[in-house]
Amino acid sequence: MEKVLTRNISPGKAPTDIAAYEANGGYSALRKAMTVMSPDDCRQVISDSNLRGRGGAGFPTGMKWSFVPMGDKCSPGHKYLVCNADEMEPGTFKDRLLMEFDPHQLIEGMILSAYCIGADISYIFIRGEYVVAIERLRAALADCYARGYLGENILGSGYKLEMHVHPSAGRYICGEETALINALEGKRANPRAKPPFPQVSGLWGRPTIVNNVETLCNIPHIIDRGADWFKGLGVGEDAGTKLFGVSGRVKNPGCWELPMGTSVREILEDHAGGMQDGLQLKGFLPGGGSTDFLTRDHLDLAMDYNVIGKAGSRMGTGTMIILDDKTCPVGMVLNLIRFFAHESCGFCTPCRDGLPWSRQVLEDIENGRGKKEDLDTLEYQIKYIGAIGNTHCALAPGAMEPLQSALKYFREDFEHHISGRACPYRSVGGS
Amino acid sequence: MSNSQMIQTDLNSVLTLEELAEIDHELEHIPYKSGASIDALKIVQSSRGWVSDECLQAIAKHLEMSSEELEGVATFYNLIYRRPVGDNVVLFCDSVSCWINGCDDIKEMISQKLGVDYGETTSDNAYTLLPVPCLGACDRAPVMMVGDDLVTHLDRETIDTIFANKESGSET
Amino acid sequence: MPTIYIDGQAIEVKQGENVLEACLNAGMDLPYFCWHPSMGSIGSCRQCALVQYQNEEDTQGRIIMGCMTPVSEGARFSLKAENATEFREAVVESLMLNHPHDCPVCAEGGECHLQDMTVMVGHRDRRYTGKKNTHRNQYLGPLIHHEMNRCIACYRCERYYKDYAGGKDLGAQASHDHVYFGRHEEGILESEFSGNLVEVCPTGVFTDKPFLKQYSRKWDLQSAPSICHGCAVGCNIAPGERYGKVKRVHNRYHDEVNGYFICDRGRFGSGYLNSKLRLDYSGIKKSDGSFLAVHQKQALETAASWISGKKVAGIGSPRASLEANYLLREMVGKNNFSAGSSDLEATLVGSILSILQTTTAVNPSIKKMETADAVLILGEDVTNTAPRVALALRQAVRNKAFELAEQMGLPLWQDAAVRNLAQDNLSPLIIVSAMDTRLDDISSNSISLAPHEIATFGRAVAGALNGEKTDDPDVISTAEILKNAKNPLIISGSSMGSQDVINSAVEVAEAISKPETMLSFCVSECNSMGSALLAQDGGVSLADIIKRAPKLDALIVLENDLYRRGKRSEIDQLLDSGIKIISLDVYENRTLDGSHLVLPAASYAESQGTLVSSEGRAQRFYPVHSPSHERLQSWEWLLELAKLTGNKKLSKLENLDDVVSTCAKDNLALKKIVDVAPKNSYRSSGSKVPRQTHRFSGRTAIHSDVSVHEPQQPKDHDSPLSYSMEGLNRDQPASLTPFVWSPGWNSNQSLQKFQSEVDGPLKGGSSGVRLIASSSKGSKVFSESEEFELKAHQWHLVPAHQIFGSDELSAHTEEMAELAGRGFIAIGQKVAEKLGVKQGDGLLVQHGDVRCSLEVKVLSRVAKNCVGYSVGYEETQELTPGCLVSLQVDKDWRRTSPEVIASDKTALGHIASDGGGAYG
Ligand SMILES: Cc1cc2nc3c(=O)[nH]c(=O)nc-3n(C[C@H](O)[C@H](O)[C@H](O)COP(=O)(O)O)c2cc1C
Ligand code: SF4
Ligand code: FES
Repeated sequence: MEKVLTRNISPGKAPTDIAAYEANGGYSALRKAMTVMSPDDCRQVISDSNLRGRGGAGFPTGMKWSFVPMGDKCSPGHKYLVCNADEMEPGTFKDRLLMEFDPHQLIEGMILSAYCIGADISYIFIRGEYVVAIERLRAALADCYARGYLGENILGSGYKLEMHVHPSAGRYICGEETALINALEGKRANPRAKPPFPQVSGLWGRPTIVNNVETLCNIPHIIDRGADWFKGLGVGEDAGTKLFGVSGRVKNPGCWELPMGTSVREILEDHAGGMQDGLQLKGFLPGGGSTDFLTRDHLDLAMDYNVIGKAGSRMGTGTMIILDDKTCPVGMVLNLIRFFAHESCGFCTPCRDGLPWSRQVLEDIENGRGKKEDLDTLEYQIKYIGAIGNTHCALAPGAMEPLQSALKYFREDFEHHISGRACPYRSVGGS
Repeated sequence: MSNSQMIQTDLNSVLTLEELAEIDHELEHIPYKSGASIDALKIVQSSRGWVSDECLQAIAKHLEMSSEELEGVATFYNLIYRRPVGDNVVLFCDSVSCWINGCDDIKEMISQKLGVDYGETTSDNAYTLLPVPCLGACDRAPVMMVGDDLVTHLDRETIDTIFANKESGSET
Repeated sequence: MPTIYIDGQAIEVKQGENVLEACLNAGMDLPYFCWHPSMGSIGSCRQCALVQYQNEEDTQGRIIMGCMTPVSEGARFSLKAENATEFREAVVESLMLNHPHDCPVCAEGGECHLQDMTVMVGHRDRRYTGKKNTHRNQYLGPLIHHEMNRCIACYRCERYYKDYAGGKDLGAQASHDHVYFGRHEEGILESEFSGNLVEVCPTGVFTDKPFLKQYSRKWDLQSAPSICHGCAVGCNIAPGERYGKVKRVHNRYHDEVNGYFICDRGRFGSGYLNSKLRLDYSGIKKSDGSFLAVHQKQALETAASWISGKKVAGIGSPRASLEANYLLREMVGKNNFSAGSSDLEATLVGSILSILQTTTAVNPSIKKMETADAVLILGEDVTNTAPRVALALRQAVRNKAFELAEQMGLPLWQDAAVRNLAQDNLSPLIIVSAMDTRLDDISSNSISLAPHEIATFGRAVAGALNGEKTDDPDVISTAEILKNAKNPLIISGSSMGSQDVINSAVEVAEAISKPETMLSFCVSECNSMGSALLAQDGGVSLADIIKRAPKLDALIVLENDLYRRGKRSEIDQLLDSGIKIISLDVYENRTLDGSHLVLPAASYAESQGTLVSSEGRAQRFYPVHSPSHERLQSWEWLLELAKLTGNKKLSKLENLDDVVSTCAKDNLALKKIVDVAPKNSYRSSGSKVPRQTHRFSGRTAIHSDVSVHEPQQPKDHDSPLSYSMEGLNRDQPASLTPFVWSPGWNSNQSLQKFQSEVDGPLKGGSSGVRLIASSSKGSKVFSESEEFELKAHQWHLVPAHQIFGSDELSAHTEEMAELAGRGFIAIGQKVAEKLGVKQGDGLLVQHGDVRCSLEVKVLSRVAKNCVGYSVGYEETQELTPGCLVSLQVDKDWRRTSPEVIASDKTALGHIASDGGGAYG
């Protein structure tokens, strides 16, 4: 298979600097856009490519951009492009790779995207712990300004763009795009109500597009090689390639670029090397900590947004977390809920107070203090917190996904905890 | 005129010229001063380790915000420290993949070794141990950050090497 | 009008409103917390959930938040669907996880929105078994008590305090279930509107601290419709009384005046009512100068003997009711009656009145002021002279945001979204004043000028509007802004003591020549405008009375400390002129000390009467409780006296209704005061309107150590209100609504059941009658610049009014006095440097033979050659506006405050006794 996003990245290889990036065809898409393509042309290619956002929700990128007021329809003032490089979803480690090892790919993608929507200021909102990526991105930006890829009159096109790296002060909710905007404004990162969507009123009240790192990294390639080429990359319903990752107790945890629609089994067995010796696959979260469990029965599903959706989960970030048979599912869910409860922004009731309540019930169960009614309480909480629209943003419903599917698939485990008044896995020597 | 006695501490001299210059640099691309609040907190923290009340007030003044407004921001984020921390902050990942890979035991080892629990600083002020949400290195779990360095594949050996100068629970 | 369906029922709704509003308007009980009619929606509490269905076939539906969902034609919702009810219960259940369940000892209990909603959603059994989060409380000053553990994180306090009232020093901190609402450090809340937190908070986090000190169960408070006597704005209030003490003051909704909010002077400034320094008994001065307490009858007889057939003059008062002033004037005759303001103030308010009667500009209500899209303030520090107006101006500057939102099709109740869209975009507010004002933070331009220069500036703006050339950029831009505004508002007033400033405001307003132009004046006291209206019909100046004193036999002074009206020497001379001085008042003062007979007047909370606000709105206030001790309402004293002295006309009057109608007949401008409130004979569903709630527990044993006998309830012969719990508090005219309560709604949120629609007038209408109508004539003001020549080292003395401290009666309240601090002289930074003084040092201020030593306050902007002084303080009594003073460092001055402190820390002393909190 052709490597696209990771063509400059291989294990053991040094990060790509501007020279190496250019040598491998880098910034040719930018040159092409600046010389022969209008923003409309570029947007059209992206729309045609069926690229879907890699931040988790899989929203079609071309459609998202189409809501940005263009030309006369836009009141005078700035427009913003923001790269969402917050990557704090548990079990997700793909954007880090792209930024640490090929920063220019992201930057080129951002310049092109900004050009498409007519943005003149852009930000890379990156989690503060990504010190290496921050350093490399900053260095890369300096090179770009020096080469005229950024700044006034980019490559003589008359288009101008500034780009800044903004390290976050750390909170998972900053990954939610409207919370991210508040964070960029130097405020508490509570999500905003939608509508109005950021496309019309975002950063400082101005039109703003927020896209994930991986989404943006696709842009140069699509501009360069066209929509049809991109669509042809996928082996299932969806277009392009995707960074898939596997963590947990597998032989070879890691992150690989594979065609959209690659089967779970292939990712798990061929790339991650299967389960560690002595362990069996019990279940997996297909795309990060806020997606529903799937089980061995789903191994042959294609990693496509709709396919995984139909199976009752979400593709999310495409980085799987594997649950083995010696690891306690209750403990795993508790770990996740604990994370989400802590990372709640504290704005809306079901999340702020509901998640700690779920955490408390799970703690009781995990520690042998569970009661039979606790499972009903958990079901009740899932109904109360778990539906989109019940809360102000998607954090809390996401938090409930592993819990609700664990109760579906691993209910006996919960019941054993309660009836046996202890975690059965601890005696086995699991985590 | 305010109903309280408006007598101000001289906050002008709290921040260093370098810090102020760095903050002002950020302001160049931000339409409102308060927009630089997080940058400013981080700038001050990077040189001092944490943000004291005095610093917070001085930043607020510089950015024409109220201390309350800035406090609201400072206390919202995980990586702004409003209490003193040690020379190195140990950000220990306790999220799901690291947990599956046994991070609870590693955490115990560290706590033993350093004699501190989450939120505490070793008596020699060398380390402060804090939990951190998923560090995005799940394929190399369990992991932690010591200062700016990511340490992966944690086990007893790595812990022993990294905290080599520390003896179990000993006070240095 | 779109139609929506709620549980199958079709209801007509207003275009643009949200579903929560629609439900409330339809009389449905939909629980909510974070939404507030004047602050809009943010969707944080998630309490107002309904199920919305896509169409008739959809049986599943999905949960939506009523407050975040705009109504749309044909939309279908359910309030009763199990999904919705279960969800709403779950919300309360989770709010209760960390709530301390301390209702029995909570000051909010019985009036708590959280209690109401808990009952409404049917939450009862507790499933959570974990630990509760606890918080540390903060000392927030003498007015507000903080009890964070009760917080349900609805964000209302922050949104009210910061977003609505413009306060800076309270906000949300931390995150997840640790969110905390408080200050950065303990200390006095800086906003003058902090008290509204008490009513905005749906639970007991922010409570009324003075009330806590003398707590009474909310349902045992007796209340009456009243009007705040703190300033001339005329906010509607509902004081609550128990056993002869006014325990607290709550806002009483008036859609056009105060809406949901009053200022801290209005809320907390009534503590003096319960003071020992109130007058209880009549007193006749003995030869040794002390007073002999006598009974009413004897006092009246003595007074009658002093005035019957004698030459008597009367001095009225701008803080007494129209009725009392009128009666006094009738008793002594117009030519012997002075309205009781200082002569300067009387002239200024008189001219304001005639301006308002003739100007083409609109004289706006407060609600109307909120529509202004450009505001020019000439000379007033509105927050300190007409506080509630300042809160309205803080809303007016948001019109720019609303305009942007409308362009984008955003509903204006989408509060956070509108703010995010507009960011710092504010409508223009230009403040021209001698020094800092408390609205400077939202002004587009704050210009510092001496009073006479303010007038010159105003005239120049008028000139520019009329096409005159000028090169003052401030003048040009101001004129431009006003010209382009749709609803420009000019505000000025009497506080600068300058006729010229007032005149220039009219000139500007009329030069805009747009029918929407609004012109509003701040005047000083609760009935200044009423006094001026009476004075238009005759009367003499205070100076005249003083001059004629030796030729008189007696003088009656009505609720007035004359030392606040004129020079000390003159008043001394008046009181010592050998004539009999009869004074009626509420609280001890020097005029009473100098009188020969003092009559204890009932306070506003024990009286009925009519006040005319600065807007010209006549409003009735009613006694909350019957007068204690030997007090009588002033108008009663005067009527009794009139009868005893055989005054033919007045002897015929039986009750207040009679006084009102005679007064209306006698004074053309007051013709309409008969319509201000229903007559005594009014009955609501056959009975009087009760001052006590249905829940009044009445006979408790608070005085059981003395007697378990409860005296009979007093009768109210003068109004359609009763001192009882019997009767209906519903559907009566708004002026007779003493409190709000509705089944299931025990908190002030029950107000919505009394409103005709959300945020609209009360069902009983908007009370009060506007006595001043603008005309098409236009005002003729003639003004010329006064010429000033300053000698070296001389400064213009400019009045600096203080919300806490400048008002006579409220300043006697302990908490107000604490906040008022000492009398001060306010100077600019440069002058401070020149004189070598700092904040808190002392300066000797000298004007002729007047010398006073005052604390220095350093301000950020002060007009050239000007210094300010705190008005109405004991220390500054002898200073008058506009005089020229010299300043000298006071070597003997002793600071009371440490030299370098942060503003918050002044209050540190209190922490030990108050902070910390029970839960730690
Ligand atoms: C709680 C929460 C956290 C999120 N965190 C991230 C994140 O770390 N990175 C990211 O790209 N998207 C994150 N998202 C999704 C973003 O809101 C947004 O959909 C995404 O950045 C859009 O980019 P895309 O269209 O390119 O996918 C998060 C969403 C939620 C609700
Ligand atoms: S669901 Fe509510 S509390 Fe949770 S993160 Fe989103 S807005 Fe904040
Ligand atoms: S009132 Fe609707 S969410 Fe709070």
